[in-house]
Amino acid sequence: MMLIPCPWCGPRNEIEFHYGGQADVRCPADPQAVSDEDWATFLFFRDNPKGVFTERWSHVAGCRRWFTVRRDTDSNRVLPSEGTQQARTVTT
Amino acid sequence: MAPRTPGADLPEHPTWLWHSPDPKSSYDVVIVGGGGHGLATAYYLAVNHGITNMAVLEKGWLAGGNMARNTAIIRSNYLWDESAGLYEHALKLWEGLEEELDYPLLFSQRGVLNLAHSLQEKRDSVRRVEANRLNGVDAEWLDPQQVAEICPILNTSEDLRYPVLGATWQPRAGIAKHDHVAWGFARALDRMGVDLVQGCEVTGFERVGDRVVGVETTRGPIRAGKVAMAAAGRTSVLTDTLGLRLPIQSHPLQALVSELLEPVHPTVVMSNSVHVYVSQAHKGELVLGAGIDSYNSYSQRGAFHTIEREMAAAVELFPMFARAHVLRTWGGVVDVTPDASAIMGMTPFENLYVNCGWGTGGFKATPGVGWCFAHTVAHDEPHPLNAPFSLERFTTGALVDEHGAAGVAH
Ligand SMILES: [Zn+2]
Repeated sequence: MMLIPCPWCGPRNEIEFHYGGQADVRCPADPQAVSDEDWATFLFFRDNPKGVFTERWSHVAGCRRWFTVRRDTDSNRVLPSEGTQQARTVTT
Repeated sequence: MAPRTPGADLPEHPTWLWHSPDPKSSYDVVIVGGGGHGLATAYYLAVNHGITNMAVLEKGWLAGGNMARNTAIIRSNYLWDESAGLYEHALKLWEGLEEELDYPLLFSQRGVLNLAHSLQEKRDSVRRVEANRLNGVDAEWLDPQQVAEICPILNTSEDLRYPVLGATWQPRAGIAKHDHVAWGFARALDRMGVDLVQGCEVTGFERVGDRVVGVETTRGPIRAGKVAMAAAGRTSVLTDTLGLRLPIQSHPLQALVSELLEPVHPTVVMSNSVHVYVSQAHKGELVLGAGIDSYNSYSQRGAFHTIEREMAAAVELFPMFARAHVLRTWGGVVDVTPDASAIMGMTPFENLYVNCGWGTGGFKATPGVGWCFAHTVAHDEPHPLNAPFSLERFTTGALVDEHGAAGVAH
């Protein structure tokens, strides 16, 4: 089981968290204006790297806030945060 | 009935069923991934399409990835026409595969019960039974009493937290010995002169413009007329080198076995709601699986709380399992799609074909995948059965949503 670093509660067991997948996936500002390809990309296509991944977690059994973590998907090691990025509660 | 010796049904361990040649510099077809899907594809390319100047490249040892790690369940009771077509074709091939390969696969059609624990699940299950019948897939809806008759060790009492309200029943479903399936295909391929190259990891592609002309490997470049990918959870790592993005996410999927027990479990039981599926292997282990770990990972291991939950579910449904011991747990890497259906077909690159996204349920489809993917590669167009599983469906919106029939219990 991984220890996930909640920026507000500190490192807690993975079982307290909900996984949110890739971070910084933006909804097109005007969905009517984008092509089918771009809409499909937004809906269904996510990065799937073997290595460093910037991803969202929600501390559902704790403070219930969302935050961003960088993790190596090969080793599952959580990487040091990049300054203010980690505590971001909304996708920018 | 006199107790059978555990393992009495098993054939002798094989000696050498295939060679492990060094790769040649060039082939008509190169298959990336020596698991069940890769081997089956090579087999039908050779048998149905006469292609034998071919190599199957495997980064580790033959069938040592998800083919060695799955729970060996075979069934075809999926909801939609597209899925029923593909999985039922696979099941029909399974029914003749031991004879076809002349090799014991321990294919056992002991049936599968998919339990329903809520009114909604009951309605969905009855709908799926009707859909299955319309597609020529054997299916029945059973009430709790009938379920108990088929599987007496299952707790069908009303005092469960999630009581069994009934189940779908597919009598032709069952299990096979997964390793033997790989060995059977491998032996046949070796005899037809196909190179099964182990310890040869594909790291990228050689291309001329949008045409793939070969692969780069840890044992040097290999030229290929056509390249067919059957790399499961590692697919993205390879397609990323082409800038080809696929709608798949790689997750850990765990399974476990108990120690060897006398035969107690006559069928296969799956429950989406309480999250477990259980069968008993020929040798006697209870084989348990459940859902994926939630996060993306290539680590081939998952967290204990996932299997703890799955064991809790198993003990709730089968109280006698509380006395069993876990012998071994393990994990694999599975590639999951947004609609819980696979991707099989063409790519934007000429001479490159992809079969991936089987998530937690690829084993049952093995011969069907081989048949259809071989057709796709040989004819440079999809077989009618895999045409709906194209990459384009994510853009056109023609998804094949099998979350209900696949879900946890793929
Ligand atoms: Zn928190």
